[in-house]
Amino acid sequence: MTEQATLKVWRGTDAAAGHFDTHQVPFEPGQSVLDGLRWIRVHRDPSLAIRFSCINANACKECMIELDGKTVYACTARLTPQEMTLTPLSNKKLVRDLVTEIAPPAERFAPSPDDGLRR
Amino acid sequence: MTADPMRAETDVLVIGSGAAGMYAAIEAARGGAKVLLADRSLIGRGGATVMAQMTVAVALGSQTDDHWSHHYQDTLKAGRGLSNPALAQLLCEDGPDCIRTMDEWGVGWARKDGHITQAMAPGHDRPRCVYVDFLNTGPAVSKTLRTVVNKTAGITKAGDLCIVDLLHHDGAVVGAAALHLGSGAPVIISAKATILATGGLTRLYRRNSASSNMGGDGYALALRAGARLVDMEFVQFFPIGHLAPRLIGMDPIMWDPFRYKLGGRLLNNKMEEFTQNYGAVENGKYVVTRDVGSYAIVKEVEAGRGSPNGGAFLSFQHVPETKLREAFGPVIDKLAENGIDLTKMPIEVAPIAHYHMGGIAADTQMQTGVPGLFAAGEAVGGANGANRLSGNAITEAFVFGRRAGRVAADYAGKATRGRADADNAPAAIDLIAAGAPDREINTAEMVQTLQATMQDDVGALRNETGLKRALTQIEAMAQDLGDRPQGDGHRFDMRRVDWLDLRNMIQVARVVTEAALARTETRGAQHREDYPDTAPDWAVNQFVSLRDGRIALSPEKAAS
Repeated sequence: MTEQATLKVWRGTDAAAGHFDTHQVPFEPGQSVLDGLRWIRVHRDPSLAIRFSCINANACKECMIELDGKTVYACTARLTPQEMTLTPLSNKKLVRDLVTEIAPPAERFAPSPDDGLRR
Repeated sequence: MTADPMRAETDVLVIGSGAAGMYAAIEAARGGAKVLLADRSLIGRGGATVMAQMTVAVALGSQTDDHWSHHYQDTLKAGRGLSNPALAQLLCEDGPDCIRTMDEWGVGWARKDGHITQAMAPGHDRPRCVYVDFLNTGPAVSKTLRTVVNKTAGITKAGDLCIVDLLHHDGAVVGAAALHLGSGAPVIISAKATILATGGLTRLYRRNSASSNMGGDGYALALRAGARLVDMEFVQFFPIGHLAPRLIGMDPIMWDPFRYKLGGRLLNNKMEEFTQNYGAVENGKYVVTRDVGSYAIVKEVEAGRGSPNGGAFLSFQHVPETKLREAFGPVIDKLAENGIDLTKMPIEVAPIAHYHMGGIAADTQMQTGVPGLFAAGEAVGGANGANRLSGNAITEAFVFGRRAGRVAADYAGKATRGRADADNAPAAIDLIAAGAPDREINTAEMVQTLQATMQDDVGALRNETGLKRALTQIEAMAQDLGDRPQGDGHRFDMRRVDWLDLRNMIQVARVVTEAALARTETRGAQHREDYPDTAPDWAVNQFVSLRDGRIALSPEKAAS
């Protein structure tokens, strides 16, 4: 019997009305929390929203979440064979599940001013 | 959810914010154009550049006498007869200027005795590769360009914008349709000129060294917009990608700089060096080129001489600890956190999909042949032929990005207005804003299945049986994917993003596999077990286009 990590993952699009989904994830020493989340997407629920790009290198800095209430990078936080509670960053605007609005305002899309002209 | 799109308007749309995209945006804005720099991830964080821990090849002559023509000769030699000579020349000739500009912008190239250090790398005839210590080339390049982008007037940035299709009108590209991840809404971008700086396709493979957004989307966008692709069968496998023990917080290609500086020994499970049996005698130096290295490791594994996890051992046990620390400073501590002590143990490495030589066919003005559509960086095919020389990727990102930005700004200055009512805008909006489908499929699992197929059957070793098996599997996946998107279309809908990605990935996987099957020879990164020799008749570039929705290959005699 392989060891399991228990990931309690916050889900929802409304910060005031979310719920937790709990998944058992196979545990191998050396894995990251992001590995566990990616496993959930492939094997349990592809709708789970997480933000990541570089997967492993801790170069993109996109995968910030809260683990048991502390801010971590999911790609460098180690998976452990116990219950881990994962929530979106509490100081950022929620987008969905573990995804928050972390881009600086100047790097977010804004429509061009609409002057009614079809150009 | 609404099918009423948000709209944006710009002179030059740059898709992708790696080094090529950011350099292009800077140059286009300096050329007077209004620029929209779009990325599906955060600006300047995703893509391959930020992951590059290695070196940048350039005939700077700061350490040893050099001239771009020497770099050019090495590039052509590495390309195994298939390089586009004009693009290779542009890369080598303009490289030094871009490197100096990056130096002025404060990237911090490593220096010794008052000059920029240039390291010797496999395939180069002299020390030519600049870098930023320690393992920091990519992050430093990204950060420097982000800073310049932020200081340059005229660039609007938009992250979380996933481009779904290029828009066309009267045969010209006039912008793009995008999914705005933050809201789930469609966006119609009108642009006079569009630059694809979307990088390569390494995400098609299970073991890869790039970001999760490198699924070949730019190739699919270009193909559907009427552009041609070239050399698509040539996927570079980086021989010594980290395999075991599990390592977090570091890029799997991290061992290359160690080898540049310290040599290191590549061993099979008998603890014997083996690259000499494949034509590359190392003698403690790092000389084995990427195509030969990958082939050698895969063959050793096949012969039962692989490491426990299916690769080779890389050992620095013969290097004194003080020397290791001098070469790698804080990286040694990071390794210790992962339980790795290089003085006591070898690590395991195996080939990993790293770079794509093929890409969008473009001329030296980065024009694709489709009016209004330009390409830059790794997304451009041809400069590196059948195998890329170490260090050429970031050089190419700078040089091609700069050129594309200049030319696109010039084009936009002369062009009439981009048109919001492009021919295919309604179809794209319909796709982006579709309601939830009747039938649910596991999109994340499909991505993994496709990666396994590509790794196993269209990887570093290929044969007809495997390639045909892959085509059957890809065809079945295309059927399974269907033509209506998954997901509910609300904000940050991962199933919808997966579905849109798979639409592109499956198309590109099919192109790579068909091109690999057609090329009945071994050359550079393509190793055909059933055709082990390089055939002089195959000194040919295969161009790819879409005709009535089907892939068409046109072989043309190589110019180099």
